[in-house]
Amino acid sequence: MSKHTPPNIPHPIGDSVPRVDAQEKVTGAAIFADDIQFGPGLLYARIKRSPHPHALIKRIDVSRAKALPGVKAVVTGEDFPGLTGLYLQDRHIFCRGRARYVGDPVAGVAASSEAIAEQAVTLIDVEYEPLPGVFDPEFGATPEAPLLHPDLGDYKVMNFIFPQPGSNVSNHFKIRKGNVESAWAQCEAIVERTYRIPHIQHVPIETHIATARVEQDGKVTLWGSSQSPFAQRSLIATALGVSPSDVQVIAPYVGGGFGCKAGVSMEALAVAIATQVRGRPVKLRLTREEEFYTAFVRQGLVAHFKMGCDKEGRLLAMQNRLYWDAGAYTEYGVNITRASGYSSSGPYDVPNVSTDSYCVYTNHPVGGPMRGFGMPELHTGLEQCIDELAEQIHMDKVAFRRLNCIQGGDTIVTGMTMHPTGLNECLDKTAAAIGWGHKDPPSAPNKRRGKGIALMWKAPAMPPNPGSSAKVALNEDGTVTVSVGGQEIGQGSFTIAAQVAAGALGVPIENVRVATPLDTNYSPYEWQTVASRLTWSMGNAVAAAARDARQQILELVAKAWNEKIEDLDIVDGNVISYKSEETISLNKIAIYGIALPNDQGWIGGPVLGRGSFMPTYVTGLDPETGQGPRAVVHYTTGAQAVEVEVDMDTGKVQILRGVSAFDVGKAINPNMVRGQMEGGFVQGMSTALFESLQLKEGVLQNPSFVDYRIATATDVPKDIQSIIVEVPQDDGPWGARGIGEHSMVPTVAAIANAIFDAIGIRVGAPPYTAEKVYLAMLDAGLVE
Amino acid sequence: MATHRISLTVNGSTELLDVPSQMTLLQMLRDKLALTGTKNGCSAGECGACTVLLDGEPVNSCLVLAVECQGASVVTVEGLAKDGVLDPIQETIVDHGGVQCGFCTPGMLISSRALLDRNPDPSEDDIREALVGNLCRCTGYNRIVDAVQDSARRQAGKA
Ligand code: FES
Ligand code: FES
Repeated sequence: MSKHTPPNIPHPIGDSVPRVDAQEKVTGAAIFADDIQFGPGLLYARIKRSPHPHALIKRIDVSRAKALPGVKAVVTGEDFPGLTGLYLQDRHIFCRGRARYVGDPVAGVAASSEAIAEQAVTLIDVEYEPLPGVFDPEFGATPEAPLLHPDLGDYKVMNFIFPQPGSNVSNHFKIRKGNVESAWAQCEAIVERTYRIPHIQHVPIETHIATARVEQDGKVTLWGSSQSPFAQRSLIATALGVSPSDVQVIAPYVGGGFGCKAGVSMEALAVAIATQVRGRPVKLRLTREEEFYTAFVRQGLVAHFKMGCDKEGRLLAMQNRLYWDAGAYTEYGVNITRASGYSSSGPYDVPNVSTDSYCVYTNHPVGGPMRGFGMPELHTGLEQCIDELAEQIHMDKVAFRRLNCIQGGDTIVTGMTMHPTGLNECLDKTAAAIGWGHKDPPSAPNKRRGKGIALMWKAPAMPPNPGSSAKVALNEDGTVTVSVGGQEIGQGSFTIAAQVAAGALGVPIENVRVATPLDTNYSPYEWQTVASRLTWSMGNAVAAAARDARQQILELVAKAWNEKIEDLDIVDGNVISYKSEETISLNKIAIYGIALPNDQGWIGGPVLGRGSFMPTYVTGLDPETGQGPRAVVHYTTGAQAVEVEVDMDTGKVQILRGVSAFDVGKAINPNMVRGQMEGGFVQGMSTALFESLQLKEGVLQNPSFVDYRIATATDVPKDIQSIIVEVPQDDGPWGARGIGEHSMVPTVAAIANAIFDAIGIRVGAPPYTAEKVYLAMLDAGLVE
Repeated sequence: MATHRISLTVNGSTELLDVPSQMTLLQMLRDKLALTGTKNGCSAGECGACTVLLDGEPVNSCLVLAVECQGASVVTVEGLAKDGVLDPIQETIVDHGGVQCGFCTPGMLISSRALLDRNPDPSEDDIREALVGNLCRCTGYNRIVDAVQDSARRQAGKA
């Protein structure tokens, strides 16, 4: 064996190994938050919620509820003065004096059964004085709008968020690049459009569940379905005024997150109620109806676009005004406003850009992060305007995008220099796979076919310094246990952690275990499982931890064998010497070390590798211009194309085929990467065809799976193709960057563009239901 | 609240239980027997996460009262593997990448098992129809459909 002939063993990086959590999940053994057994001491919580979108709370009488046998505690906002919030602390755990959306928690009950808790809630009497509400973000941003947060100026806020006290604008993010006004005159074509993107919901199949116990000394334990155990620890500590280290968050597998289980939402309610029944666990489980409007929703958006190009098709200017319908509390939404602002050019090289992105308080459900973090909403309109510009100057839409799309070295909208990216390759491969430029005949005379394409980019949206850490420990059988604080929400993060550890250490993937469940008392710190950042950031931490362990092992063996570390390697779970050709299995040296000859003692001992990662290079942006050297860590880019058929008799849009190509830097697990692309495509397709939260004066009209339809197995095209492009990320593990969210960013736009290609109509805002498409065809005189 | 004594078979073993009249089969499985593999996604018969086999037929266990199950035979996801050997559908769903968060998975597996029991050679459309009541927000379904097809092939190969 020599260094030049590596042994013929599959490297765990780039190998589509089966998921490490698969066995548990197919046998029913996997534990989710609802499955944890607490025994007969468990109490059940239910919440009294505001029926008004905006109202002053004049009086709350809990005496009848408290008198009900089996009721252990009733709490209201009186009991919890603290404010909480991730980026902007604008939220009380329970309403104090004012309710701001239908569903706002007014009081909470703990009782010995769910039925008693439910009954007690009906016995709480609340006197409200209804106030006029804000149901449109553009109106909400005007001085005429009723003020929802008079104390906005007093709220604690991170230094990159800019609230405007005295208004409903909780963040105003600006881009001023070049000179938009003088550019319009040079434009051959200009497109000006408004898109209204409806609120939607994440719809994890598992609703939010949290169980909390508070000890007599104030220590808190929270078991929850959580993407952010560490952020929850800190936010709950702040809200209760205790130390973060006195809060323990235990987070088992998450049954779908998509952002809604990031930060804190209903978990704080369970903890707050538990403070009043010390020593007893209190469980709160959202019903499906509650899940639809009392957990985070995806914010609505009113987007005004104006963009122009010269006669060769070069984009010259873009002007965007984005009004985010962020709901009653915008503690998280303010950063969606920022992220959509700093990426507001879309994946294009545009010399002149002016953007105003406003986060507006409304009396709607609370907006939170959802897969894409503002990017699907932005791209839905933007990528249709790009299509229209190409049409106006009679240019092929793929050629137009190829000419303008962002490339390594370009100065992007914030002034940052773009890193190498495979967007052009994604575009070309997608176009080729969908058969761009070629139209097949429809399957029936009453149908019309069309193809559409859209590009995307997205950066992880986060504070400049979100950290990751990891531990890698060697077990006595030579296996390895990896500990991380990043959560498994279905995206495969535990499998990636195992693969990265295996690859960096030199052990087979079968020999790696991932420590579960996450527990803030034992798991290493991770900022949050959001932003598609784990493969990259947590992956770096795991690689560092595995290399640390590797170094310890090699030092030990080098000493025992009296060899140089450079001549040693760890391959397939064995330490080998390329020089002496000695070999020793890790299970011979783990834990107990190596015996020296002639009974001279032992060297070594338990091996524990540690690693951490934090980006150190993200800079601030000028508050007036949004310019700065490096706004984000990186962008993942990609393209999607679809072929659709529109039924002229019914307006029904059928997706025949979908193609995705994304530049993931390096696919650590290609099968899982394709799984993310497919799942995201179908989620995007579902939002394009079916989904919207129908809010009337703040009241949700469709809080059930019957009335809020999501895609089922029969809606999905058989032909979904996923293409992996790999232009490495300089600071990613083996070059990897994220893919989880990106796959639903361009989908709605691609489908809208395909519908236009089929019937020549821009139907406007999604969802493109049969009814809406049919009415649009009727309006256009296409059918009668 | 009135309780009733019922006896039934769950995953092949006989159970004697006292159940309140309003208790659903889903609650009985999860709360009385700690068979938490069967999931609750809506309590309203709309998501399929709670699917179990009741006398061989797939049902939403959140819509069935426990008292109705007197004398019945119930199979949950925990009962699919026998003596440490996985059911083929449990293997193929992993091989095809049809599991992400895993919350829909138990219901998907039971609906798939029920389909293959009544139709060992289903067409792709048969499979999609059989799974239409099982919502999945993660996978986009196609890999689960592939897994059922593959499972049918493997079973045919063995027969
Ligand atoms: S929980 Fe039974 S169908 Fe949803
Ligand atoms: S795998 Fe998450 S819902 Fe199906």
